[in-house]
Amino acid sequence: MFNSLPGLEGPVFDQFRRLQEEMDELFGQWAPPTGIRSLPRGSFPPVNVGASPDKLDVYLFLPGVDPRQLNISIQQSLLTVSGERRLTADEKANYYRQERFSGEFNRAITLPEDVTADGAEARYRDGVLQISVPRREQARPRQIQVR
Amino acid sequence: MPVERELTSRTSQNPAAQPSRRTEAEPGMRPPVDVFEDADGLTLLADLPGVSKERLDVRVERDTLVVEGGLEIALPEQMQAVYADIRSTRYQRRFALSDELDAEAIDASLKDGVLTVRIPKRAESKPRRIEIRSQ
Repeated sequence: MFNSLPGLEGPVFDQFRRLQEEMDELFGQWAPPTGIRSLPRGSFPPVNVGASPDKLDVYLFLPGVDPRQLNISIQQSLLTVSGERRLTADEKANYYRQERFSGEFNRAITLPEDVTADGAEARYRDGVLQISVPRREQARPRQIQVR
Repeated sequence: MPVERELTSRTSQNPAAQPSRRTEAEPGMRPPVDVFEDADGLTLLADLPGVSKERLDVRVERDTLVVEGGLEIALPEQMQAVYADIRSTRYQRRFALSDELDAEAIDASLKDGVLTVRIPKRAESKPRRIEIRSQ
């Protein structure tokens, strides 16, 4: 679906290409039922959510923020992330484009009911905040033995 | 997870539910930018979350500044999509430069998914203040 970056070769990039393909397959095909708390396209920050058998991963695309200034909370199955990205314009400069988001933001994401806030963790890397929320044991698929 | 599984299988079986597949060259996402100018040059800031230094390509082709980046996030095994605002893994944007800019002296840096590109003006192109003599 996506052309690979030109001029990039070698095993590292093959691996990256595979990763890209996986992500394209995973999120590229997703068709949206509109969530009650979802925001219009183009809202800041964009969010992806992926479900695994043992946890949910929420990715917030939040470039250029200090992760320590973010408020991240989970109440039952509602995850809320709020914070501020205040861009200061150079007063002596002449601006042609100001497309980047500046100001306060707040995103609320409804997770499936089987999540548990205990053991949730967050990481910030390359401007992406990844929040991993474990799912309760009984929600995980169980193998049933045939006797 | 019956709900997610059902969602995934439904979208993969029903072609009408899929976003249209583009066959021509995939342009990727257009990252938002700020562009401003001061006396010494231009500065471009671009939001490229998920792009590491290794996946970023900033280059000048003839008189065009090209910014390309590959988005990479950690995906656990067996993950299924529940929600996705971002459905592409590639950012791309191009800007035409003009003659008075010094393409050889462009400087780029990346921090926390924000790219900063500084494009200086050629020395002879910097604005000179013109004095108005009183008669």
